[in-house]
Amino acid sequence: MLKFGAKRWLFIGIALAIAASFLSPNFNRYYLGVGIDVGIAIILAVSLNLINGHTGQFSLGHAGFMAVGGYFAAWISLKLGESAEVFFPLSLLAGGLFAALIGLFVGIPSLRLRGDYLAIVTLGFGEIIRVVAQNTEAIGAASGLKGIPKLTNLGWTFGLAALTIYIITALVNSTYGRGFLAVHDDEIAAESSGINTTRYKVVAFVTGSFFAGIAGGLYAHHKQFLAPTGFDWLKSVEIVVMVILGGMGRTAGVVAAAILLTLLPEFLREVSEYRMILYALLIIFLMILRPEGLFAFKLKRRQTS
Amino acid sequence: MSEPLLELKDVTIRFGGLTAVSALDLTIHSNELIGLIGPNGAGKTTAFNMITGVYRPTSGQITFAGKNTLGIKPSRLAGLGVARTFQNIRLFGSLTVLDNIRVATQLHNPTGYFGSLWRGKNWKTGEAKLEKQALELLEIFDLAKFRDELATSLPYGAQRRLEIVRALATHPKLLLLDEPAAGMNPAEKDELIRLIRFVKDRYQLSVLLVEHDMKVVMGICERIAVLEYGRKIAEGTPKEIQCHPKVIEAYLGAAAV
Repeated sequence: MLKFGAKRWLFIGIALAIAASFLSPNFNRYYLGVGIDVGIAIILAVSLNLINGHTGQFSLGHAGFMAVGGYFAAWISLKLGESAEVFFPLSLLAGGLFAALIGLFVGIPSLRLRGDYLAIVTLGFGEIIRVVAQNTEAIGAASGLKGIPKLTNLGWTFGLAALTIYIITALVNSTYGRGFLAVHDDEIAAESSGINTTRYKVVAFVTGSFFAGIAGGLYAHHKQFLAPTGFDWLKSVEIVVMVILGGMGRTAGVVAAAILLTLLPEFLREVSEYRMILYALLIIFLMILRPEGLFAFKLKRRQTS
Repeated sequence: MSEPLLELKDVTIRFGGLTAVSALDLTIHSNELIGLIGPNGAGKTTAFNMITGVYRPTSGQITFAGKNTLGIKPSRLAGLGVARTFQNIRLFGSLTVLDNIRVATQLHNPTGYFGSLWRGKNWKTGEAKLEKQALELLEIFDLAKFRDELATSLPYGAQRRLEIVRALATHPKLLLLDEPAAGMNPAEKDELIRLIRFVKDRYQLSVLLVEHDMKVVMGICERIAVLEYGRKIAEGTPKEIQCHPKVIEAYLGAAAV
């Protein structure tokens, strides 16, 4: 899929996002908000797809990493005060890097575990983050972090979404990145073919955490308010559902699922309490009827480069 | 003879109360073709797993090319030159035939994470080189026509061959083949015998072969070691093994004489 000119698509994506950003004052504020939600969801889902889809490690802690990045970036912005706008990209980057660092610490011990165990450890990690946030006065504790400047716009959101898609796709479509898929298919065979499976898993996990942190920073400066309850395990499940719905390891499908699952609740406002029931049913029926993912069309795995 | 390529000295492994391999001594020199035979459960695959670093022996010593390999991960051992195939084929099912080989050239991949993202000049030449290498290998083993097929969609014999090619892509000095003839018909077995000989001569490597098919083993091995209940009961040329009373009793059966 990605030819040598793949970088060109990245620049086109970023240019479109920036152009849209300049036009955004003319847009309806509600649609603008939903649009940014969609972009953030794309970053979250595509980055989780590297871990859960391509590399085949089942993580349930993505909301935790989002919280780490979000709180950290927001905290920096609040400390900076007036100059927060100038340093916004750096705050986002710092949030992403901090989330990646935490991802490294969580990943190294827990990626020795397989399947269900990894899911449980990452689930536990996500809860720890939430509880820590709930009890840390410096970031607002249970009442949440208020007054975060509104700096997230269409340009940043979709520019970074384009960057995420590019990075994950470029990685996977290279000889180096084929290692992630080999780990997914057969760890023992991968290891004996000279692929350091532990390192690949950690790299996937840290990369995923980084982008979750970036998404968290965007989210914080979009909603202008962070509450620990917003990052509970249901949020992680929501992102996992996007990945499963889109088809594990299929970036285009996952993007489509992220868009759909962000827009759907907007149309179903009246029945929003039943959203989780809807997700559960969706997954059950999907596993029975289309285990390869709703948006997975019969594609042969493309060759690299 | 020169210094041995692989040396197992007094290697023992216990799983709980079970001693799977006990006090095994085995030496393989460069460019030798050794067979390892024995009844089911004798510890042949366990020996493989210790040589390739999947299991760590309870006691004893394994040296490869003069290096103590205890505690070295399989991926690093692959880098040192130990490659293997599996009893039950383990190909990368979501990858194409070409990518199965390409991913195994990872050890010789000049670009890593950031290089693959930046996609600069080095990456391009590197990728082109790896692809060329992989294609050449596929061509030699008559698999190039399948290059864009998913690996697991190939016919059985081709999958076995592809596994051997994948092992060769790591540039091994020692190739371990775990029952490569399993499930093959006589014609395919003859083909396999030719293939193993060809691989050994062309790539100048040593081969350790676990196999139940006596025609294959006796036909190509220069030396054969026999395991029973984790112990080596005999070692010698195919001729010697065929008339060895202990081997006949334990494994070959009287009819084979």
